[in-house]
Amino acid sequence: MIEGALWRRWVFYNIPLILFVFVLLFPFYWMIVTSFRPDGELYRPWNAMNYMPFWTNKPTLEHFRYLFEETDFGRWMVNTMFIAVVSTLISLFCGVLAGYALARLNFPFAGSLGTVIFVTYLVPQTLLFIPLAEIIRDFHLGDTPWSLILTYPTFLIPFCTWLMMGYFKAIPKELEECARIDGASRWKAMLYIIIPIAVPGILSSGIIAFTLSWNEFIYALVFLSSPEQKTVAVGVTSELIRGDVFFWGSLMAGALLGSVPVAIVYSFFVEHYVSGLTGSVKG
Amino acid sequence: MAEVSLHKLNKRFEAFHAVKDVDLQIRDKEFVVLVGPSGCGKTTTLRMIAGLEAVSDGEIRIDNTVVNEVPPMDRDIAMVFQNYALYPHMSVASNMAFGLKMRKFQKAEIEERIKRAATILGIESLLGRKPRQLSGGQRQRVALGRAIVRDPKVFLFDEPLSNLDAKLRVQMRVELKKLHERLGTTAIYVTHDQVEAMTLGDRVVVMKDGVVQQVGEPLELYNTPANRFVAGFIGSPAMNFAEVTLAESGGRLVAEAPGLKISLPPELAKHGRTNLGRGATLGIRPEDIHIAGPEDDAGHCFDASVEVVEQLGSEILLDTRVGSALFMASIDPTIRVRPHEKLRLALKPDRLHLFDAESEKAL
Repeated sequence: MIEGALWRRWVFYNIPLILFVFVLLFPFYWMIVTSFRPDGELYRPWNAMNYMPFWTNKPTLEHFRYLFEETDFGRWMVNTMFIAVVSTLISLFCGVLAGYALARLNFPFAGSLGTVIFVTYLVPQTLLFIPLAEIIRDFHLGDTPWSLILTYPTFLIPFCTWLMMGYFKAIPKELEECARIDGASRWKAMLYIIIPIAVPGILSSGIIAFTLSWNEFIYALVFLSSPEQKTVAVGVTSELIRGDVFFWGSLMAGALLGSVPVAIVYSFFVEHYVSGLTGSVKG
Repeated sequence: MAEVSLHKLNKRFEAFHAVKDVDLQIRDKEFVVLVGPSGCGKTTTLRMIAGLEAVSDGEIRIDNTVVNEVPPMDRDIAMVFQNYALYPHMSVASNMAFGLKMRKFQKAEIEERIKRAATILGIESLLGRKPRQLSGGQRQRVALGRAIVRDPKVFLFDEPLSNLDAKLRVQMRVELKKLHERLGTTAIYVTHDQVEAMTLGDRVVVMKDGVVQQVGEPLELYNTPANRFVAGFIGSPAMNFAEVTLAESGGRLVAEAPGLKISLPPELAKHGRTNLGRGATLGIRPEDIHIAGPEDDAGHCFDASVEVVEQLGSEILLDTRVGSALFMASIDPTIRVRPHEKLRLALKPDRLHLFDAESEKAL
C-alpha cells in the first residue's frame, strides 16, 4: 500500500490497478457477451441506430447449440483434455527427475546440460514443427492424439525441468542429508522428503504445462487433419471460420467453453500455485 | 557407543585443500569439540565422518571398521544440523519417527522411543505440531530428539546452537552437557565459538586452514597453547601479544619492546634462550594483568595509558596502549579508572607465554 495523500494513492495505486484490471478482463467480457448475442445484433453495422456492442437485451444459446450440434466440439474437448493430461503427466515425470538430478547430483557438465535444456525450450515451435512433422510421418502417428502427446513434451519437459530445478535448489540440502543419515537411501530421501516438500512446485509446473498444451496451436494444426481428431483451439478456428466467413457467436462460445477447464484447474490450485512460484519453503 | 578414529584425513575441493592430514582418536563416550574460525575445515571434517563428503585421502574408522565407502545410512550416526533440518511437512512425532521407520522398527518400539526422548527433552506437548509452529529453542530440541531416538553409535553436531539467541544458547549448552552425561554416547561437536568448545568438550581440537593446531583438554589449551593461533583463539577476551626482542640483562632473560621491558621467569627463559637475538612474540592474558602494587617486581611492571574503559560489572576491561602495542587488562571492578589515565600495570610472570616470531610455535 502506498502511504501518503489521497491523490497519491489514486494516481499511483488505484487508477493503474483499475486500468490493469480493465485491460485484463475486457477480452473475457467481450467473449462472453458475444457468445450470447443473436446474429442479428452481431452483424449490425456500427452506424445503425440501435448499434449496442457491449450489451444485449435478447441473450440466446443459439451459438452453443450450433457448436454442439453442427460441429464436433464435444469430441474436441475430450481430445484436448486427453492430450493435455497425458502430455503433462509425461513431462512432469521427466521434469521432476531431471530437475532433481540437475539441482542435486554432482555429475560432470551438470551446469552446461541445464543450459542446453533451457536453450531447447527457446527454439521456436514454428521452426521445430518441420522436422517433427517428418518424424511423425515416419512413425505413422499423423492424425492421432499420440502425434501431439509425444511432441508437446519437446517444449514441456525443458520448461518443467527448469521450474523444478529452481524449486529443488531452494529446498535446503540439509533436509536430504539429514534423511540420508537417518537411514534413507538417496531415492527414499527424494521420495519421502524432497518430493512432498516440492508439491507446490510440481503443481505449478503441472498447471502451466497443462495450460500450454491445452492452448497449443501450431503442432495441433499441422499434425491433425480429420475434424474428429482435432483439439479445441484448432477445431474452433478451422471449422468456424469458413473462407472469409467468421461464425463469431459460435467462435466465442467455443473459446468460452474452452477456457473453462483451465480456469477450474487454476482456481483449484491457486494457493499452491502462488507459493510454488514464489518458491517458499518454510523450515 | 563407539570409538572414532581419523587417520591422515584429507579433503580437496578441486584446487582447494580444505582438510590436511587430520589425525584424531576419539574415545568411547567422549565429547570432542572441533573449533576454529570459519573455513578452517571443521565442518568438512564432520561431514566426512557423517559420509556426506567423500574422503579424498586417509581413513575414517568407526568402531575399528573403515567406513570411507559406507553410505551415511549405514554408519549408524545421528547428526544435528545448524538450521535443524526438520522435515517441514511432518509433525514433530513423524520427524522423530522417520529414522526409525527407515530402519523398519516395530510401531510400538517407535512410539516407546519417541515418548522416552520427548520426556527427556520436555517436548511431550509438541509432538503433534509442525516445525513451523515451533520456536527456535523448541526446534532445536526436536532436532536433538530426532537424534536421540535413534540411539546411534555417534552423535555429530554441526554448530547446533548458533541460530539461537544468546540466553537460550547458554541454557541449551548446559542441557547438551547434561544430555551427554546421561546418554554417554560418543559425540563430535563443531563450533566456531570457543566458549562453547571450552564448556562442552572433554577434549577440544583447534583447527586452522585445514590443519589441526592442538588437541587437548580445555584447560590444557588455555594454559599451555601450542602456538600463537591457539593462544589467541582460546580465551575471551583474547590474549595480548607484543612483538619483542630477547636479550640477556644481568643474568636474566629480558623481553623488550617499545615501552615494555619484562624479565622472564627462569623456566620460560630456558626455552627463550634458544631464540636469543631473534624475534619472539610475548603473550599475556588480560586476566593475568593487574594494577601494579608494592609487592610487584619492577621487572614485571610497565606503564600504560588507558584508552577505553569497559564496565562489565564483574570485572573492568581496560583497553590500554603500551608503547606501540595495545594491551587489554581485566581488573578488579572496585577500582576506579578513567579514560586517558596513565597507569602502572603488572603481570603474573608465571602466566607469560612466548612464541617464535616466525613459526609462531610456543617456546
